[in-house]
Amino acid sequence: MTSNPTPTRDLAVFVIFAAAVLTMPIWLAPIGAAYPDLLQKFAIYGLFATGFNLLFGLTGYLSFGHAAFLGVGSYTAVWGFKLLGMNPVPAAAMAIVTSGLFAWLIGYVSLRRSGIYFSILTLAFAQMSYNLAYSVLTPITNGETGLRVLQSDPRIFDTAAQSGGPLVSTLFGIEMSGYPGFYFCATFLILGFLVAQRIFRSPFGTMLRAVKSNQNRMNYTGLNPRPYTLAVFVISGMYAGLAGALLCITDPLAGAERMQWTASGEVVLMTILGGVGTLLGPILGAGIIKYFENIFSAFNEHILQDIFSFLPEALQGPVVSISGLFVGEGWHLTLGVLFMIIVILLPGGIMEGVGRITSMVKGGSRKKHQHQTAPAE
Amino acid sequence: MTLIRKPLSRRSILRAGAAGGVALATPTIFTSSAWSAGYLNEPTGSTVTLGFNVPQSGPYADEGADELRAYQLAVEHINGEGDGGMLNTFTSKALKGNGVLGKKVEFVTGDTQTKSDAARASAKRMIEKDGAIMITGGSSSGVAIAVQSLCQEAGVIFMAGLTHSNDTTGKDRRANGFRHFFNTEMTGAALAPVLKNAMGEGRKVYHLTADYTWGWSQEGSIQKYTEPFGWDTVAAVRTPVGAGDFSQYLTPVLNSGADVLVLNHYGKDMVNSLTQAVQFGLRDKQVNGKQFEIVVPLFSRLMAQGAGDAIKGIFGSTAWNWSLTDEGSQAFVKSFGQKYGFPPSQAAHTCYCQTLLYADAAERAGTFMPSALGAALEDFEFDGLGNGPTLYRAGDHQCFKDVLVVKGKENPSSQFDLLEVVEVTPRAQVEYPADMLGGELGAYNNGV
Repeated sequence: MTSNPTPTRDLAVFVIFAAAVLTMPIWLAPIGAAYPDLLQKFAIYGLFATGFNLLFGLTGYLSFGHAAFLGVGSYTAVWGFKLLGMNPVPAAAMAIVTSGLFAWLIGYVSLRRSGIYFSILTLAFAQMSYNLAYSVLTPITNGETGLRVLQSDPRIFDTAAQSGGPLVSTLFGIEMSGYPGFYFCATFLILGFLVAQRIFRSPFGTMLRAVKSNQNRMNYTGLNPRPYTLAVFVISGMYAGLAGALLCITDPLAGAERMQWTASGEVVLMTILGGVGTLLGPILGAGIIKYFENIFSAFNEHILQDIFSFLPEALQGPVVSISGLFVGEGWHLTLGVLFMIIVILLPGGIMEGVGRITSMVKGGSRKKHQHQTAPAE
Repeated sequence: MTLIRKPLSRRSILRAGAAGGVALATPTIFTSSAWSAGYLNEPTGSTVTLGFNVPQSGPYADEGADELRAYQLAVEHINGEGDGGMLNTFTSKALKGNGVLGKKVEFVTGDTQTKSDAARASAKRMIEKDGAIMITGGSSSGVAIAVQSLCQEAGVIFMAGLTHSNDTTGKDRRANGFRHFFNTEMTGAALAPVLKNAMGEGRKVYHLTADYTWGWSQEGSIQKYTEPFGWDTVAAVRTPVGAGDFSQYLTPVLNSGADVLVLNHYGKDMVNSLTQAVQFGLRDKQVNGKQFEIVVPLFSRLMAQGAGDAIKGIFGSTAWNWSLTDEGSQAFVKSFGQKYGFPPSQAAHTCYCQTLLYADAAERAGTFMPSALGAALEDFEFDGLGNGPTLYRAGDHQCFKDVLVVKGKENPSSQFDLLEVVEVTPRAQVEYPADMLGGELGAYNNGV
């Protein structure tokens, strides 16, 4: 896919992608993932990872504090609900603007450094935001308890019928939970993918790749890379803010734990797992991590016994107890193993695996395969 | 190439609009099937699924593990396996040991991670994917409140597990939510007279408070009931949940002039803060001519076990203790002990009771429909579940029962015999009007 992008090919990828996203409830059913909450998470974290990949994949700047923008987006969206009403559109718009401004502030400072120093700066800012949300800003964020919409909130644009009803986000009478919520998020994921695809193919995207390959050379040619990196940092922050808003649109609650460094680390994992610098990779990575988190963590001994019931009695006990380590609360272990295997064998993530398989199918005679972008350090 | 081409033309807008319309119309295909059921997740086969949502990681993981054990035991007893436990002593005899309404009880589990986000995600999974008809669990009030409002929105019953904040059945009460456990208001009312007798009037108090709804609630209740006899608050410091190291919060206590330290902490947090406070030598100090004292308002045997020698002589309150000698408690301790080899904690007790109460209400109501089942629980009077005569009050869906004031035993006879019951505060003393804490139950939501 990376080898030779043509407009027709991009269009085909986009159409297939959109169709695949919209039909997720059908083709994910056999693996037990086709229920609204998880589908929403797939779409939302897919969007988050796509935005992160714009920064990390194109410029090579590894931000370790992206969860801060997710959190800012969440809090803004819930405040949007509280003040303006339960319509998701103004809440999402507010979240995008606020997280964009916030990203501009952090980016302005952090982008003065690159490499590890940039990562540490963003991490520090995110941890700072997390601790602020947790303690000093409790009046705005409601601390550990989390910010929720209350019946007593002003919600000035809500009609009388809405203000007495359940506190879920509604778009023209459609409640944004369940499948409608998923399609709402999926629409944004598809739009986000489209924008990312356009950026990848634009001259702006080429500039960003130039930043990644050799910033010094870019400086010598008389170009200042900072406006480009700052712009993409803000765009990336807006993606994260939108993802945070969508989290609240499907479930109107914002908690500080969304900003914790583990959440920032998660999006890095998603991107690397799927394939840095590829369009589809981060979305795949997000799907895999969320699937593990929700499905593997729910396996308990009873389910395992059902799965291994075909084994003879003597074998069943040990197999269940050994595999029990990797499911339930041990799902992190499974994810860790998977991550190690992928990083060691396929440094380009799952997308590299996909690429290798396609070239094998095509006869393996393509010699230009080395051309793939090297994974960023 | 794309839906919207630049420059924007009427055609491209129409095209995008049509695509958006299709996307918006698609969901009705999926939601239409939901209308056929009388209520959300109505069980149609021979089984009914309950969702147990407990912390399996994080600072309350020990309580969560014990809760899960109790849930499994309750399911066995309801399905007629094992010795029946408290079903034999429960005053309502609707349950026959053949499941609920002739359906075998099955369950699914989830990990709340003691985080609202994770807890809601796992509760949603159980409701949407596994078809759970009821969600129960807790071990953190923040999580319990978040999950309770989720259950209200989704339209299933939430039977709160261990959650002690006033808000759960106070200002954040919901029609679909029910709580068997007591709250900080009751702790304050029960504990204050004992503290007054043991430590005297006119004390200077320093609060260390877990920074979330339960901690705030606990701090407020202790202040409310101890201020009338001259206990003044010197400082109330908020500490993050799961802090691990509390030394930076304990150092200022030494020079604050306070002579009582109230630790509004629970789970591993309490184990850490109490152990460190004792290591700092706080309990050996004399301040203002008085012996320095430490109070832990909410106690549990699991925490006592974790804190070891540090808990000796420390006062606190608890909902239930395995050393109670009434018939119900003994039956429960016996069947729990036989299955797991050690006595249950108060968290296990409340979760076991909640499961039984839910099953019993379904049996009496003749349906799992939240509105009918809830009506069967409202103003339900029962006994035989270890706390004496108990009332499930209709006004706020809160249980009222006796509260235990306990003290860490000086000479424990076994590794489990750590708490000594100082006083059983009668129910009448801890009751309060249903509208005192504010909040609105609203209407039941059946999810359709």
